Amino acid sequence: MTDGSRPPAGPPRPYAFPSIEREVLSNGLTVLVVPMRRLPVATALLMSDAGAECDPISHAGVAALTVNAMTEGTRRHDAAALAEAFEQLGGSLDTGNSWAHAEVSTTVLTAHLPSALGLLAEVMCEPSFPEGEIGRLREERMAELLQQRTEPRGLADDMFARFAFASNSRYALAEGGDERTVVGVTRDVIVAHHARFVVPTRSALIVAGDVDPATIMQQAETAFGRWIGDAGVTPDIAVDAAHSTRQVHVVGKPDSPQSELRVGHLSVPRTHPDYHALSIMNAILGGLFNSRMNLNLRETHAYTYGAFSRFDWRRRASSFETSTAVQSDVTAAAVREILVEIDRMRGETVRPAELSLAVDYLTGVFPIRFETTAAIADALVMRESYGLPADYFDSYRDRVAAVTAADVLRVAHEHLDPSRLQVVAVGDPDLARAELEALNIGPVQQYDASGMRTS
Amino acid sequence: MRLPIDTFLLDNGLRVTLSEDHTAPLVAVNLWYHVGSANERLDRTGFAHLFEHMLFQGSANVAANEHFELIQRAGGTLNGSTWLERTNYYQTVPSNQLELALWLEADRMARLVAAMTQEKLDTQRDVVKNERRWSVDNQPYGTWWEKLPALAFPPEHPFHHSLIGSMEHLNAATLEDVAEFFETYYTPDNAVLTIVGDVDTAEARRLVTQHFGSIPRGRGRPPLPEMGLPSVFGDWRREVVADDVMVPRLFLAMRAPVLASDDYYPASVAGAILGMGRGSRLHRRLVREQQLATSVSAFTFDLAKGSDLLIVDATARPGIAGGSLETAVGDHLDRLHADGVSTQEVTRAVALIVTDLVTSLQSAQSRADKLSQFATFFDDPTLVNRQLEAFQRVTVDDVNRIARARMGRDNRVSLLYVPREETGGEGQSSSGVAQLETVR
Repeated sequence: MTDGSRPPAGPPRPYAFPSIEREVLSNGLTVLVVPMRRLPVATALLMSDAGAECDPISHAGVAALTVNAMTEGTRRHDAAALAEAFEQLGGSLDTGNSWAHAEVSTTVLTAHLPSALGLLAEVMCEPSFPEGEIGRLREERMAELLQQRTEPRGLADDMFARFAFASNSRYALAEGGDERTVVGVTRDVIVAHHARFVVPTRSALIVAGDVDPATIMQQAETAFGRWIGDAGVTPDIAVDAAHSTRQVHVVGKPDSPQSELRVGHLSVPRTHPDYHALSIMNAILGGLFNSRMNLNLRETHAYTYGAFSRFDWRRRASSFETSTAVQSDVTAAAVREILVEIDRMRGETVRPAELSLAVDYLTGVFPIRFETTAAIADALVMRESYGLPADYFDSYRDRVAAVTAADVLRVAHEHLDPSRLQVVAVGDPDLARAELEALNIGPVQQYDASGMRTS
Repeated sequence: MRLPIDTFLLDNGLRVTLSEDHTAPLVAVNLWYHVGSANERLDRTGFAHLFEHMLFQGSANVAANEHFELIQRAGGTLNGSTWLERTNYYQTVPSNQLELALWLEADRMARLVAAMTQEKLDTQRDVVKNERRWSVDNQPYGTWWEKLPALAFPPEHPFHHSLIGSMEHLNAATLEDVAEFFETYYTPDNAVLTIVGDVDTAEARRLVTQHFGSIPRGRGRPPLPEMGLPSVFGDWRREVVADDVMVPRLFLAMRAPVLASDDYYPASVAGAILGMGRGSRLHRRLVREQQLATSVSAFTFDLAKGSDLLIVDATARPGIAGGSLETAVGDHLDRLHADGVSTQEVTRAVALIVTDLVTSLQSAQSRADKLSQFATFFDDPTLVNRQLEAFQRVTVDDVNRIARARMGRDNRVSLLYVPREETGGEGQSSSGVAQLETVR
């Protein structure tokens, strides 16, 4: 029999983040092993401190192209043979990169792990970088950039970065670079990037799965022990804002049924001491389904399918950013509501129920985030990328639970600045522009889909 | 590697599957209703999905959006989704919050209509219209989701029409429609409940009986029209769409064996040989060697009735005409049809599929979803434990037989997107109006 009373929670059952075995090989390669014994699978991931932050601005995109090019052949396997060798083991050879790191990884049944580690070592240590494959990858990035002109979400993200970060900052350009920078990323540039940054002392091998740590340490020594290389130094990155005042940027996409909106500005690095308070503040503002932003724009006004805010964390400077896609004729009204919510966040203390929702969610959902070998590997990539302490995951829930309503108000006040917000609207300029001007929140500039200023 | 599976049936027809796993203190609660866009009235396309949104607007004892609030406050994740043949609602919560999740699902299964209002319907209608704009109308190639099924299934077939629905039909939906759809389809005898994770089977059984046991059985699900279709289209039908895109993209579909049928396994292996991974035929040939495409993949809709579709999705490199890409994909299918596959290709494909299967069992929610899938469509969740063997048994001969039967020129439809300015060269009108034509 059901009735109107909510069932109480039972006693909470304990959860501990899996234990991590760590060793550093004699060549400086860090090895992290996380035993997870439920299913006979393992994820093996190699990461290097070789992300887009290592790109010279003139060659923006080299980090991304390098990690992709590493999978295009080694001294022992050409590109097709390498893909075939991984896939015969049941693993795909995956690559990824962020501002902070570059990675290659695969997930296989544990029986195939030793062979997979051998292949990953080839990819990391002795890629052959065939000229023809590099040319093809460069063309594929150009194709992606071309396609973006009709893809409003990616276009809005890239344009926002350009208005959030100063033009002399690497962060102002997409991680993959643009047409002007990618064209210059030759084989020589890639080989040099690999030699400087994909080296043992800037790298870690992460293995999560049904494995014995001692065995993995031995296999790591066999596969990677002879790898050598002198580490380069990460270039400095300018971390200034592009604009010191609030501005509106309309990117024209005629006849769009919706406007893609981005509203935000430059913010502090991931390692800032306010990180946990900012996470809670953002959850309340626009991180959760029942956040102020989503309830206002979606559930009250029905302007959109969803409205969210987030911090796009980076090591030197991050960005705070609200995103939503709204029906074209409410573009200005939606921007107004976003500004109202940001002001409200800075102006008044959050209600206890809002604070407890965010804290209880972030602490309660913690075990659910780490069910898979890939999720554990990603968590360690994050920890290593930002140089977070060894007990980061063990103490995470306590640090989140310690955030108070006063902390939330303080960080909102310190880290959200309405006078510096950059507003980007990718949409029909005929509908969006006049309304945004009438909103009177700052000067309005207009661009075409290739990013050229048109007025 | 067998999942423990217990099943039981409530008197009201609710089928329940339980799978204990105490690795972490969490539990997945996954509820499938055997209703999807296929069951909609043809003057109410999009209704099954709009209705899914209404299920988060509260029930007799739950306020609008409170389901989200209570589950997230409990430290859980949740969502719902609508597909052609089913709608699912799911949450993963800390295991001490199992009863909350069951109570929330039971309250809306038993007492939804009391909470429905015109205002809520109007708001969700506008939210869904914005979802349509976001995912279909304002995305390059976004209309493929409705154009391909429209091309691949005959007009009277339940899979023919749009899942997200037309603006006109969304506008027409009423509160009476909501009440009627609820009474017809959201009944315990048309649902499957799966619980996976850190639970005690006896305790879970007690809680399920307590919360769901008194919900009355429905009147029975109205039968769908005949779903069966010939195993091939009979020809190669093409549609060319001139759209606001920068490069051509091809969606080429073949009729394929339905989920978990005998032929499903070799057909899936054939699909993986064609388009799964960088070692697949189409990736090697089209992306790496001929350099006609920047990406290519092959996948199915996993439909359980009538006919599934095996779909090749290929995006042209800039400067490559859509027609050239379509011809090349067709040639590679011709070769597979005529010459078959090698042992090495089969072992590669099976190895990838097996890893995917095992990996997908890692999260409690994805295990629960698979159990619900097999329980809903085949009344047998234990089928999940027979999938690995079924793929590992597939031989070269099995794949070649399927390739002969299904991959010829008599079993193709293609939907080709081209940039508006390219239409002249493709021999199409420049009005942007899609055209139908048949080639042999």
